[in-house]
Amino acid sequence: MALLSKKDTNLILDPLADNNPITIQVLGICSALAITAELNASLVMAISVMFVLGAGNVVISLMRNIIPSKIRIIVQLIVVATLVIIVDQVLKAFAYELSKTLAVFVGLIITNCIIMGRFEAFALANGPWRSFLDGIGNSLGYGIILIIVGFFRELLGSGTLFGIPVFGDPIAKTGLYSTGYENNGFMIIPPAALIVVGIIIWVQRSRNPALVEEN
Amino acid sequence: MAVNTDKNVYTVVFAGVMVVVVGSILAFLASVLRPLIQENERFEKQQNILYAMGVNENGDDSGSVNFIPTDVVEGEFSTYIKEQLVIQGGEITQNDEAYLIDLKKQLANIKKGKEYKLPVFIGDKDGKKFYIIPMYGKGLWDAIWGFIALDDTMTVQGVYFDHKGETPGLGANIKMRYFMDDFKGESILKGSSYSGIAVAKGNNDPLNNTKDDNEVDALAGATITGNGVSAMISETVKLYKPYLETIRAK
Repeated sequence: MALLSKKDTNLILDPLADNNPITIQVLGICSALAITAELNASLVMAISVMFVLGAGNVVISLMRNIIPSKIRIIVQLIVVATLVIIVDQVLKAFAYELSKTLAVFVGLIITNCIIMGRFEAFALANGPWRSFLDGIGNSLGYGIILIIVGFFRELLGSGTLFGIPVFGDPIAKTGLYSTGYENNGFMIIPPAALIVVGIIIWVQRSRNPALVEEN
Repeated sequence: MAVNTDKNVYTVVFAGVMVVVVGSILAFLASVLRPLIQENERFEKQQNILYAMGVNENGDDSGSVNFIPTDVVEGEFSTYIKEQLVIQGGEITQNDEAYLIDLKKQLANIKKGKEYKLPVFIGDKDGKKFYIIPMYGKGLWDAIWGFIALDDTMTVQGVYFDHKGETPGLGANIKMRYFMDDFKGESILKGSSYSGIAVAKGNNDPLNNTKDDNEVDALAGATITGNGVSAMISETVKLYKPYLETIRAK
């Protein structure tokens, strides 16, 4: 028996394109705006969300039959918060440098609607293994968009990628800047992320008209 | 096992059990890890103080912030930091644990009108004296803090900034090397008044060549964090003014 059945594979692959959490489900937009000014931050956030969503989906799925439906949202919130705090504390004790880098993401992960959204939509109704795959798939889909947006925002806004200058020095006017090119400061601020996400949605829906909602 | 999860009693019991279980896990974890975390935080403070006075591993690499490694920081700290002083009610005393004073609490005491302690660290590197002062203030989302190293002419020799939750890529860039390095050589004095250093937009000096304007170039997209840094420096300078005047007079 293969490790992943066809259905399981779809759980991972669907969110990458046709059921992408950001562009199709429209979840996790807020963090996509906040932290995509730099590629590095996008990558760290994508990895953190993958961990929390994978683990959280499994925990919620294991508890799905005993969670009282009236307080399920609160229970989900507690599970996410607990997981994030445990990771944060363990990192602070054993990998302090890394925890400093991740500290700013902690709040963003707890309030990330992708996590609550997947708990609610998937983990509450499916077994742990499939929930785990769903978590990984959705966080990959989320991560891809984050990285695409981060790539364009950092490149056009700061002229760097992962903090490394690619166009030359904007102040000393070397490289591309000697031709009169300027960094676009607008790309640094959050509205630019909305525009880039909008363009991705546009491209995706023109290529696959089936995704366009009927009004 | 058929449990009716819709009953109110079940809901209340479930909530109660969940709180106890999660609470115990977190409390246990916190108490086990606390000594390790505190030790890490102590090293970090030492690294930050040393960083501000230029004791770091930056070398010729102009891009990133490189601290003294944690395994040697304690020794280096006692080598370079000659005196740790505590200013309390006009009295200055020596205290080797002054660097552990939580400035946030002291600032809260000032607000409440209670007694407060202000730490100062005197460093010595290659025969040059550094007066290192801790700072604490507000950014956009949460706390920001740092250290500023001055010489006896009130010229900045180095700074270190850190923050709790500023936006990555925007306000979080106050702890980037290119921002912190701009402060070197600026004076906290404007004429004879202790004005601090402003993080200014549109000062037409992105390379920061002008060192006598009490201004450094702001970060794009981080206006409020930048204003927080300006406010933090000017508040700190005001607070330490009586002490700074005694150094200047020497």
